[in-house]
Amino acid sequence: MNRVKVWVTYLQVAPLALVFLLFLIVPIATIVVVSFFDYNTTQIIPAFLLQNYEELLLSSVTWRTYQQTLQFALITWALTLLIGFTVAYFVAFHVRSSTMQTVLFLLCTIPFWTSNVIRMISWIPFLGRHGLANTTLMNLGLINQPLEFLLYSDFSVVLAYVHLYTLFMVVPIFNSMMRIDRSLLEAARDAGATGWQTLVNVILPLCKPGIAIGSIFVVTIVMGDFVTVRMMSGGLSASVGLMMANAMSLLQYPAAAANAVVLLLLVLGIVAAMMRMVDIRKEL
Amino acid sequence: MAKPPDIELVSLTKRYGDTVAVDSIGLRIPAGSYCCLLGPSGCGKTTTLRMIAGHEEVSEGDIILGSENITVLPPAARGTAMMFQSYALFPHLDCTDNVAFSLKMRGVDKETRRSRALDLLKRVHMDAYAGRLPSQLSGGQQQRVALARALITDPQVLLLDEPLSALDPFLRIRMREELKSLQTRLGISFIHVTHSQDEAMALADLVVVMNGGRIEQAAPPREVFNRPASAFVAKFIGGHNVLPAAVARAGAGEGPFVAIRADRMSVQAGTSGEAGVTSLQGVTRSVEYLGSTVQVGIDVTGLETLSATLSEARFDASPVRPGEPVILSWKPEDVHVLGR
Repeated sequence: MNRVKVWVTYLQVAPLALVFLLFLIVPIATIVVVSFFDYNTTQIIPAFLLQNYEELLLSSVTWRTYQQTLQFALITWALTLLIGFTVAYFVAFHVRSSTMQTVLFLLCTIPFWTSNVIRMISWIPFLGRHGLANTTLMNLGLINQPLEFLLYSDFSVVLAYVHLYTLFMVVPIFNSMMRIDRSLLEAARDAGATGWQTLVNVILPLCKPGIAIGSIFVVTIVMGDFVTVRMMSGGLSASVGLMMANAMSLLQYPAAAANAVVLLLLVLGIVAAMMRMVDIRKEL
Repeated sequence: MAKPPDIELVSLTKRYGDTVAVDSIGLRIPAGSYCCLLGPSGCGKTTTLRMIAGHEEVSEGDIILGSENITVLPPAARGTAMMFQSYALFPHLDCTDNVAFSLKMRGVDKETRRSRALDLLKRVHMDAYAGRLPSQLSGGQQQRVALARALITDPQVLLLDEPLSALDPFLRIRMREELKSLQTRLGISFIHVTHSQDEAMALADLVVVMNGGRIEQAAPPREVFNRPASAFVAKFIGGHNVLPAAVARAGAGEGPFVAIRADRMSVQAGTSGEAGVTSLQGVTRSVEYLGSTVQVGIDVTGLETLSATLSEARFDASPVRPGEPVILSWKPEDVHVLGR
């Protein structure tokens, strides 16, 4: 009887376990294994070498690229947090009717009806040298010559990131905010707190789990991105993802794999640090 | 300390669009009294409390505390403090920080506010739990912390929104006593919203029975119980039978209804009444043994079910069973004529 029960339990766990095994464990294990392989211009040679890691970690290009990627992640995180928190606050606390809240919330998701790439490309005619932004500013007489930094720069990369990923901040923070008991805000007011004091002392601490979840989304996505950087920097900026993509286009799969493992460890470290600071299980 | 002030509500009105939640009520709550706002849900009692607290805008009328008109002041500037129904403790702060919250908002330094918070926690016997988060406390403990938090600003009036409704019955009675003794010690006014007549009776110096946004009666509990002002009050307070005046053969013309306390009723099996007492013929519907008393429900044709509360001894002297015909009788002097 007991033995049957144990088998039933395993059977129940099996489908999900298989999915994870096939689509998460096996690919990552493959990447780790390949990262130790040798390669030449035409083929990958099974081996166990530390050479890929040595080449990667001893190159100054790697360090600069990682620094650049971290910088993108940090700036994007700060901006999406600021904008996302503000938007969520507005919808959660300033909009009174729940119908209007739903409508505004759905409005936020409209950009997701098109693909990331299209949303990115749509910035190009707007920001270009003879784009809408420059033409308008020049017609208004505010500038004499086109602003060069608008497109194909770090500015445009961060702009695209913020545009693409702010919603990932809005959703979990909004969710956190909707869980805040409204009587807490009244209690704060009763205790003489101003609007700002309520925000800092009550709302912000209670939104921490939402902020943490949003931050994990944004940071992990930006750390692994290569399309946005390629499109919006016009090849002038680099990112770790782009580095891997370049290696792969030269068929240097083991080098790319080693880079992927390093990036994975770095991102896991960042996520672990965030989880240490905030207990996100409260939200789940 | 200055003499605590009276509170006066002057034709206080609250409208939500076309609906009138509180309809031009007038009330004077003497300094240092325990006042219970009593009524069924939706009667406007919580809205009234929230208007006094400053969490609800007043549509019309004034709220006077002492000699000051506080109608439009922000909550913290009124000299009132509110204890919320679900206590509304900040879940991310421990007991000390919860209690010290309003001092922090005023920019009191950390040392001072924490020691002051600990004083208040001691007063409600919660100093042993100072470092705990609200989620680690029981309902009764949370309530004590909420009390301490409300009292730290030395309010002149404490407003309590159904403070006991979240507690189990046993704890409710104990916290009820504590609230009363705390109020006596502090000497400030407590305004307590409740839908439980027992709670209001046990606690209040002044019971304010509300219905449909109006005050039905504002009087000490004994007066409310012995001389209910209206049929609504008599029914809501309980322990009364409300009869059409014609049926009770009492001073017709003064009012359409009379009230007779259920514990002044006599019940006798049989079909003929005694001389010299008014009586009704009915059929026993239910007999409930409640310990020291027995509650007998009686159906009388043409009336709502009437009840008689008999002491165990009186019931045992002439017991009745459900389904038996009975005579329900009372003394003329126990008939109270209702105003409306």
